[in-house]
Amino acid sequence: MSTYLFKNGHLLDPVTGTDGVRDILVVDGTISEVRESIAAANAEVIDLAGAVVAPGFCDMHVHFREPGQEHKESLASGALAAAAGGFTAVACMPNTKPAIDTAETAMSIRQKSAHFPVDVHPIGAVTKGREGKELAPMAELHAAGAVAFSDDGSCVHDTKLLRIALEYASMFDVPLIQHAEDPFLFAGGAMNEGYMSTVLGLPGIPRLAEDVIVSRDIAVAEYVDGNYHVAHVSTYGAVQAVRAAKEKGLKVTCEVTPHHFSLNDEHVRGYDTNTKMNPPLRTRDDVVAMKEALRDGVIDAIATDHAPHAIFEKEVEYVYAPFGIVGLETAIGIAVTELVETGYLTLWELVEKMSTNPRRILRLPEIRVEPGAQANLTFFHPTREWQVDVAQFRSRSKNSPFHGAVLRGRPLGIFNKHQFVWML
Amino acid sequence: MSQLSTNHLLGLDGVPREDIELILNSTDTFLEVLERPVKKVPTLQGKTVVNLFFENSTRTRISFELAERRLSADVVNFSASTSSVSKGETLLDTARNIEAMKVDMVVMRHAAAGACEFLRTRCTSRFINAGDGSHEHPTQALLDMYTIRKSLGTLEGVNVCIIGDIAHSRVALSNIFGLVTMGANVAVCGPPSLMPRHIEKLGARVFTNVDEALGWCDAINVLRIQLERQAGASFPSLREYRNTFGITVERLDGLAKPVLVLHPGPINRGVEIDSEVADGAAAVILPQVTNGVAVRMAVLYLLGTKTE
Repeated sequence: MSTYLFKNGHLLDPVTGTDGVRDILVVDGTISEVRESIAAANAEVIDLAGAVVAPGFCDMHVHFREPGQEHKESLASGALAAAAGGFTAVACMPNTKPAIDTAETAMSIRQKSAHFPVDVHPIGAVTKGREGKELAPMAELHAAGAVAFSDDGSCVHDTKLLRIALEYASMFDVPLIQHAEDPFLFAGGAMNEGYMSTVLGLPGIPRLAEDVIVSRDIAVAEYVDGNYHVAHVSTYGAVQAVRAAKEKGLKVTCEVTPHHFSLNDEHVRGYDTNTKMNPPLRTRDDVVAMKEALRDGVIDAIATDHAPHAIFEKEVEYVYAPFGIVGLETAIGIAVTELVETGYLTLWELVEKMSTNPRRILRLPEIRVEPGAQANLTFFHPTREWQVDVAQFRSRSKNSPFHGAVLRGRPLGIFNKHQFVWML
Repeated sequence: MSQLSTNHLLGLDGVPREDIELILNSTDTFLEVLERPVKKVPTLQGKTVVNLFFENSTRTRISFELAERRLSADVVNFSASTSSVSKGETLLDTARNIEAMKVDMVVMRHAAAGACEFLRTRCTSRFINAGDGSHEHPTQALLDMYTIRKSLGTLEGVNVCIIGDIAHSRVALSNIFGLVTMGANVAVCGPPSLMPRHIEKLGARVFTNVDEALGWCDAINVLRIQLERQAGASFPSLREYRNTFGITVERLDGLAKPVLVLHPGPINRGVEIDSEVADGAAAVILPQVTNGVAVRMAVLYLLGTKTE
């Protein structure tokens, strides 16, 4: 029998509406008491004075490279990185090798991660092999535990196929998550198209490539009453389209990554390939638009798009480097520094964007921090400063542009599935 | 002052006017060396220069090699037309291996923008960028500027127009950076579909009508149209390009004042420039080639003999 007493933490629970300092007693993985002061003999006491306790954070967009590219990240190393970053759940994108386009692959991911302290939810491919041609077996994938469908890394570009996928997915009440990028406008680009791409001589990816797909998709979603989610929005135009869709009452949601609300294309100067991701870092104006859209509720969720790559794969010419950066272990720090410290979000709203909303979008069960519930908790310190050191990452990959950055807001640990993971 | 402010020449973006003037003034001296019966000086004796060419460019390599040999440097040529990715060995591994053989300077050509800067930050040799993708080609711009200065007497206040595929041109970008620094007035002219975004923020005026551009300028720099890449993709046909933007005798004859004609080569006769113009009195295309060797000697000398 294990008993933990979490003392003096500031509980922020949007589901039960709790906002105040509470002690939480967890016995055998179940919350037995939540009160202003609890005394318990025989309990392991963790003093959380100054820290926040929240319902477990959920990163709805990660790339764990198993099966196929375990030298970048395995399910186990990815789950460790998630725990270190303060997440109790992740949804992993299907661009593995092979893709998550069969029930067997989805099932094996769940089985392999069953004992992890982090829930690993597979996202099923929309099309077989993510090739954008034929639908994957969506009903079987859903039955095997797929929480959403996406061809992420590639756009579902064929409008008719997108329509059918949205219609078909509606019977499971799960979202279709679009990697919104017109492949013809993308055309081999390496960074945002604009002044900086002109100065650096790099092929550009226009914001237009994202804007046109989001606008088109919303028209399709409206037509078929589909459940549509935009992955990693990065442009002013895309969030304006989502804003209009929400005003109409459509079932449209979106997420943004920490790097898209903190870095801009000027960071590409110097050709550090850790500034290469897709969508690319956009302009200063787009970064402000992301923050405002988070504040206004147009952007529902913060998701990392955690994309591990080995150093030898990234240490190449900019145009040849693979897209993507790791994000799990810096997400809370960047979000607090860029959004809470600057007044765009309250801590309460941050919890909504990183726990409540992503779980609602993926139709995961609500987390209630109250007696009788399974303990599913994230602990973080909202003002503690720390310096990012990629050598300390639990992720197998170290490709982060935030190495050396000083952030405020530090993940401390998680509790989930009877397991307590403490990082300090 | 007789030293450059930098240890490397990766581009002209941010290079101060004093550095460019020093290079152009030194070029005069080396051009004089090239006129001598024995075209060799012992300046870089004992120094080893590697020409690291990951992209074919016979002309630029020969120009650099001649410049290096005339300065008495030991020269090694490394050519690999394939990218590092398809070769299996990474660019970094290739460079580190070559550097382990103890070289002093690296002249580098690569198809990827930023490749030279990538190596410079990871190696200890002195680097000269001989062209990186659509980014910069500083010695080409320096030789263009030297040629204009020699022909017109100054760069200050001179109107220079660069004509052609601006979006994919390292020559255009380096020329814009350098010319603006030297006080010239710069314009670009070409199809809007080959114009990079926000080019005007670099200080360049934009023309889409070539006759208007010609009427405005004192010198034109005619860029090569990449036949294999652009025709049919960014404009309808070579014929239409020639008729809309090609530099023809008719166009030049109608001008109120003469225009100096430059071209970085190799030229496509009958596409971006007609033979009568390329071989005519206004053209300085062959002097550009001669000046290119002297400019590269100046750059190699200034970087190769610079103390920390």
